[in-house]
Amino acid sequence: MPPLDEPNVERSPKVSDEIKCTTCYMCACRCGINVHVRDGLVRYIEGNKKHPVNKGVLCAKGSAGIMQHYSPARLMTPLKRVGPRGSGEFEPISWEEALDTAVSWLKPIRETDPKKLAFFTGRDQSQSFTGMWAQQFGTPNFAAHGGFCSVNMAAGGIYTMGGAFWEFGSPDWERTKMFMIFGVAEDHDSNPIKMGLGRLKERGAKVVAVNPVRTGYNAIADEWVGITPGTDGLFVLSLAHELIRTGHVDLDYLLRYTNAPWLVIRDPGAADDGLFARDAEGNPLVLNRHANEVQNAKTARKNAALKGEATLADGRKAVPVFHLMAEKYLDEQYSPDAVAEKTGIDAATIRRLAAELADVAFNQSIEVAQPWTDVYGERHETMIGRPVSMHAMRGISAHSNGFQTCRAIHVLQLLIGSVECPGGFRFKPPYPKPVEAHPKPHGNYKPNSPLDGPHLGYVRGPEDLLLNDDGSPKRIDKAYSWDAPMSAHGLMHMVISNATAGDPYRIDTLFMYMANMSWNSSMNTRGVMDMLEQRDESGEYVIPHIIYSDAYSSEMVAYADLVLPDTTYLERHDCISLLDRPICEADAAADAIRWPVVDPKTQGVNRDVKGFQSALVELGAKLALPGFVNDDGTAKYADYADYMVNHERKPGIGPLAGWRGKDGESHGRGEPNPNQIEKYIENGGFWIEHIPEEAMYYKFANQAYQDWAVGLGLFDSPQPYTMQLYVETVQKFHLAAEGHGDRQPPEHMRQRVLDTFDPLPAWYAPFEEAMVDQTEYPLHAITQRPAAMYHSWGSQNAWLRQIHGRNPLYVPGELCDQHGLEDGDWAHVSSYHGRITVPVARMDAVNGKTLWTWNAIGKRAGAWALNENAPEVTKGFLLNHLIHELLPPKGDGLRWTNSDPITGQAAWYDLRVKLEKADGPPPEMTKPSFEAQKGPAKQGPDTVTYGEEWAK
Amino acid sequence: MHPAYSVIFFTVSSGAGLGLLAFMGLGPFTFGGETSDMIWAAFILGFAMAVGGLISSTFHLGHPERAWRAMTQWRSSWLSREGVIAVAALIVAAIFAALWLLLDLSSALLGIVTTILAMLTVWATGMIYAQIKAVDLWHRWLTPVCYLLFSLAGGITLFIFIHAVFTGKAGYELSSMAMVMLLVAWAVKMFWWMGADRAPTSTPESATGLGHLGKVRLLEKPHTGSNYLQREMGFQIARKHARKLRLIALVLGAVAPILLILLAIPAPLDVLWLGLAVISHLAGMLVERWLFFAEARHAVMNYY
Amino acid sequence: MTQLPETTERKLGLVIDLDTCVGCHACVISCKEWNTGGYGAPLADTDAYGSDPSGTFLNRVHTFEVKPADKPAMVTHFPKSCLHCEDAPCVTVCPTGASFKRSEDGIVLVHEDHCIGCGLCAWACPYGAREMDAVEKVMKKCTLCVDRIYNENIPEEDRVPSCVRTCPAGARHFGDIGDPDSDVSKLVAERGGFDLMPEQGTKPVNKYLPPRPKQQMSDDLDEPVNLAALAEPTANGGFLGWLDNALERLG
Ligand SMILES: Nc1nc2c(c(=O)[nH]1)N[C@H]1C(S)=C(S)[C@@H](COP(=O)(O)OP(=O)(O)OC[C@H]3O[C@@H](n4cnc5c(=O)[nH]c(N)nc54)[C@H](O)[C@@H]3O)O[C@H]1N2
Ligand SMILES: Nc1nc2c(c(=O)[nH]1)N[C@H]1C(S)=C(S)[C@@H](COP(=O)(O)OP(=O)(O)OC[C@H]3O[C@@H](n4cnc5c(=O)[nH]c(N)nc54)[C@H](O)[C@@H]3O)O[C@H]1N2
Ligand code: SF4
Ligand code: SF4
Ligand code: SF4
Ligand code: SF4
Ligand code: SF4
Ligand SMILES: [Mo]
Repeated sequence: MPPLDEPNVERSPKVSDEIKCTTCYMCACRCGINVHVRDGLVRYIEGNKKHPVNKGVLCAKGSAGIMQHYSPARLMTPLKRVGPRGSGEFEPISWEEALDTAVSWLKPIRETDPKKLAFFTGRDQSQSFTGMWAQQFGTPNFAAHGGFCSVNMAAGGIYTMGGAFWEFGSPDWERTKMFMIFGVAEDHDSNPIKMGLGRLKERGAKVVAVNPVRTGYNAIADEWVGITPGTDGLFVLSLAHELIRTGHVDLDYLLRYTNAPWLVIRDPGAADDGLFARDAEGNPLVLNRHANEVQNAKTARKNAALKGEATLADGRKAVPVFHLMAEKYLDEQYSPDAVAEKTGIDAATIRRLAAELADVAFNQSIEVAQPWTDVYGERHETMIGRPVSMHAMRGISAHSNGFQTCRAIHVLQLLIGSVECPGGFRFKPPYPKPVEAHPKPHGNYKPNSPLDGPHLGYVRGPEDLLLNDDGSPKRIDKAYSWDAPMSAHGLMHMVISNATAGDPYRIDTLFMYMANMSWNSSMNTRGVMDMLEQRDESGEYVIPHIIYSDAYSSEMVAYADLVLPDTTYLERHDCISLLDRPICEADAAADAIRWPVVDPKTQGVNRDVKGFQSALVELGAKLALPGFVNDDGTAKYADYADYMVNHERKPGIGPLAGWRGKDGESHGRGEPNPNQIEKYIENGGFWIEHIPEEAMYYKFANQAYQDWAVGLGLFDSPQPYTMQLYVETVQKFHLAAEGHGDRQPPEHMRQRVLDTFDPLPAWYAPFEEAMVDQTEYPLHAITQRPAAMYHSWGSQNAWLRQIHGRNPLYVPGELCDQHGLEDGDWAHVSSYHGRITVPVARMDAVNGKTLWTWNAIGKRAGAWALNENAPEVTKGFLLNHLIHELLPPKGDGLRWTNSDPITGQAAWYDLRVKLEKADGPPPEMTKPSFEAQKGPAKQGPDTVTYGEEWAK
Repeated sequence: MHPAYSVIFFTVSSGAGLGLLAFMGLGPFTFGGETSDMIWAAFILGFAMAVGGLISSTFHLGHPERAWRAMTQWRSSWLSREGVIAVAALIVAAIFAALWLLLDLSSALLGIVTTILAMLTVWATGMIYAQIKAVDLWHRWLTPVCYLLFSLAGGITLFIFIHAVFTGKAGYELSSMAMVMLLVAWAVKMFWWMGADRAPTSTPESATGLGHLGKVRLLEKPHTGSNYLQREMGFQIARKHARKLRLIALVLGAVAPILLILLAIPAPLDVLWLGLAVISHLAGMLVERWLFFAEARHAVMNYY
Repeated sequence: MTQLPETTERKLGLVIDLDTCVGCHACVISCKEWNTGGYGAPLADTDAYGSDPSGTFLNRVHTFEVKPADKPAMVTHFPKSCLHCEDAPCVTVCPTGASFKRSEDGIVLVHEDHCIGCGLCAWACPYGAREMDAVEKVMKKCTLCVDRIYNENIPEEDRVPSCVRTCPAGARHFGDIGDPDSDVSKLVAERGGFDLMPEQGTKPVNKYLPPRPKQQMSDDLDEPVNLAALAEPTANGGFLGWLDNALERLG
């Protein structure tokens, strides 16, 4: 019994009136949330315990959803620009006027020259829909943001393993014993990675973090490898050198599942040198080492040779891929001693790590007692596991050598047989999926017609490039041209600068969605603002029309002529579809929805906003795009929810896989079900279907998995495949550069293609590093994502901005001592392109040549409903001002994009800088600084006391 | 620690006021029991300063309307005790003063109780700080001793001034007593200051428990925004400024008043000199009190 | 109620694993959103969109850098909320009785209606676990989610503190630290859980689990994994020789 005077505490207060389950969108991780609604307001948001992605947990952003949802920076109505571009002066208009205005710009384009529309979407989760819209419109110029994000990982993964890291696969958290994580601060799968790391800690598995900076995930790793930026390729290939040198490779795996035994033609100078030797049907060939005979790779498989020279039917010589690999990587240039200085990792550490990898993969291998049958008909009693797993993201990909480095990591995984095995790295449906199962890119347009096929895809060789007869790029971003032949995601970061330069052509309307292009998602931010404001001789804007959809008063809104205000994520329908970036797990297929858990009309005074996808549905109907109108010309879909339920990609396959069929009993395939959305809501906002036990691993070669995937509609027919250590497509581009074929790179690019298109992973110095004077710019400068902020979205959030309201530049301790810098001092940081002046802070747990800061904290005055003197403005900064979208001039008058030469991925982290102490009194604010925008949102209230209505 | 002006004013004013009342409590034994304008003035000043200080202390409360609740926890809380004793002291002192002033009845018993309660109040004030283990500088038995001595020194200094105003004389014995009290109080304070440089009880190493791994240093504060803790405990004056201010406190609080009292004893302008002595002493006390906060480092700063 | 109970029936508290915490601040914000509409006054944010935003939080995550003599510097994320001390100085200093420690479960709370906002308890707490709300002017602190852990309106499995439920890395554990058989007590025993600033004599209930040793240098391993020893190829004819033998074994 408590003493009498102990106050009584209410133990069971009421929490909410109702709990509604939907999907978070405070970032792209797609966690399930339970939204507690009380008196029509959001009382509390927690993780949905049943949800496959987050299993109940929630990150800081997710929990701060209340503040984002009620942010003062929300847009309230459609807007028409009245001041000059960039000023932020707008006039509210009605939706009718807004859509009619859009139609008045878009209709003539479609009727005359559809490529004059460039439609690019940023942090989009509805690409299958937006892409379909763009395809029906007929412009070749569509992509989402992957080109500046992490296309190197996507392309490197798909071309090598039929699937990528991103959130499309994950380590086997329950079984792995050693996990190596390269260049990751947060990643898209951020809650799952945190949960996984927690699980590894519980299980006592070893975590090795390869990262110049030791924070976050890297801080808790058991071992930190503080690598010098841009050198991971060398480090990884050095590990491969050690493993091959000492015979620690999984030969059985390589023979069965990879193209290690495939024969590569050795005929220097020939048009097919370096391509796979094939039979008449096009099947790759191997040398049967027992029969000593060249045979179809499928029949010989385990009996193939991995070394030696074979003589082909035509008398020419060919050698197995593995032979080429061994030759290449055993070379001294990849020995630990040779790479130690460049990578900043001592040779003994590289050797030991190779030894640990070998030890875990081979001495500590695991076996799961689960019989299975492979697609070649062989039954296996158990599943063998090499319990080493790896993950990598933008620290690898945001370099101009990122595609090759990404490939190197995958090759390392394959060498030890740790892909899709117990304890290794596993794919999530709809992956794995070979390149052959992906479309090729399409870019043929004509007035009043849909494009000839989907925009984005995977090229197989120069023949698939999107080039005009004169060799000029078809696309505004020059994706799938010689600038970025294996682009896969487009180059959103080049759209504005190419369109302004009229290279390859001018456009009429730039239509963007959810991308803050005049600020944190552009390189050369000042330059991009100027481009958006640039006028031609006649005084008209060079980009005549800009339509932009945002939900908040971001820096980019001020540059739009027409603003389509989106709802917040709690107010709209959305689908997280198997056709797109679903919420699958390694052992289940799953998709999810968002739905209006609160009504936008009640969430703000005079608020008239509309889900962007619904606006696009309406726009499609007004433009009479095929697929958006019925035969009689009436609108086919009322809104996006209607589309989600009733659109069919092909018969029986639609955006949502769950509860299909009239009765809602079929999954995967089935007729549209009018009650589908209700079913999702009843089930907590998602649908999940588990993979049978037998089909859990080796999915790319597992018959049970292939059958299951076909049944579910992931594929129309089984898509088994062989992992590609050696990528023939890359060699095809190399051959073109050597002078073969009718599509060859222009002269000024030839050498670059020769140097970088290596069919086996290779390392070359990042471009900026190779082009600037390294004594002048001796340091690297990179950014990291803070866990509690999502790009620019977080600053409007009253809670999150208290955590990261400004960002210092972290400087290694030794450099601080050299430059006489102390915490709170200011410094100038310059690259070949620009100079910034920023506050510094000391840090010792960082690579000695690397400066870093948190990404996207700096804000432009006037944006995001913040005070003009907000710390984000006065003490925050972007590194983007130092990064140019073009590399330094080479003297031939032509400038290369600052991107990976293979995929076009923006090379954010190639940046080289110098550091100088800023003398004198501390500056008033960071530099550069910009004139304040005028809105459209005005500064939020002084005091927030959220929840007072429920306080007693 | 953040030096809050209301609290500084409170402790200086109440301290001196209660010191004066304590001194008045000794009146029946020392300077006799007759009512006079001087006695009136001394009581009025004593009450005004003590009560004024106490009232000002409520200004820093978030909810002054609930201040009465602060009287309830005297069993454990020094702040509560201070409140209770202060009220008791003021009531007893008021009865004592009323009997004396109105009925010309100076009760030695009530006087002694007044003195004891006034001093206990000041002691309790000192204990409020001394009990805070998280502030090394304060957490010492000398802290309440200093409070007590300053209160008495202030009280006597006030009294000799009033005495001079009404009698035109500094009074040799009273002045000597004041000088001795000032000397003793500031000497003890200097001793207190000497102890300020001790090694801190808690360090970032003990605060995080990570000391066994190496030297611990804050890399990132939990928020770039400010917070209550930083405002309240984060204030700390730089050492070299502190040294200067200590000297100023000492000169204003002790050296100048003593010299002025010395001047006053033989000199004709004693009221002026003693008035200046009082002002100087109180000014010195304000600086001392400001430093009392500004020099104090709170253990929580190991986390910032 | 400023006197501390002599004993409490249970000692509910948190165990925080510094080896696992990635410093994501999820617990910070989850705590804020739960509590701003819950126990007592909302947790105000002043100058919320201005130049000096400042709010009340009951849980904050600090980041420290630790520099060992012979290894690379390490970073440790350090979450901290009220430790629900057994000898809680914040309680005994409170003049009004607003601060109290529950005899039932040891939770230290502020009865806000009685709080005069004097701030003394915040001075008394060495850990910085108490913050005065700038709008309501009452003392706020971690309630150990007393309005969740017993709340019959939420499912039983969710009756844990908001910060614990949300932590993505599983670095926060909740339970009865007074019961040696509880999961949390076992974890503390196994991992060498420790007190913050034991020298302050507060006897915190919450415990911290230390980071496990990091950066196994080749020479600190008892038995270094030696690739040369694992290696076979050198025996005959280097790598390609090994390859022949190895393939032989595959059949
Ligand atoms: N220096 C540096 N620059 C970088 C990076 C880096 O690491 N370093 N990273 C790059 C990468 S990988 C990326 S992906 C980009 C990201 O950069 P962006 O794609 O620009 O992403 P955000 O800043 O998140 O902003 C997108 C816009 O979406 C808006 N928005 C938010 N919610 C909604 C909504 O519900 N509906 C609509 N319609 N709009 C909404 C926001 O208000 C904001 O204006 O940044 C790139 N830039
Ligand atoms: N909280 C939060 N989560 C996010 C986002 C966000 O803004 N906030 N953004 C989302 C988006 S769009 C993306 S693309 C993903 C990206 O997620 P991440 O891949 O985690 O992206 P970055 O923060 O850019 O982290 C890159 C890491 O690579 C390191 N690094 C830089 N250069 C090198 C190098 O050369 N080698 C190695 N080994 N490491 C290097 C950096 O120190 C940093 O730790 O995150 C997504 N998730
Ligand atoms: S990681 Fe966080 S912000 Fe992203 S979806 Fe999940 S809970 Fe939401
Ligand atoms: S939620 Fe967990 S991992 Fe994140 S900061 Fe809090 S304790 Fe650490
Ligand atoms: S941590 Fe601080 S507030 Fe919490 S009980 Fe201990 S002393 Fe009191
Ligand atoms: S602030 Fe409130 S809880 Fe704290 S000591 Fe004062 S009255 Fe007690
Ligand atoms: S127990 Fe509750 S009140 Fe305490 S820190 Fe965790 S969420 Fe906040
Ligand atoms: Mo990204």
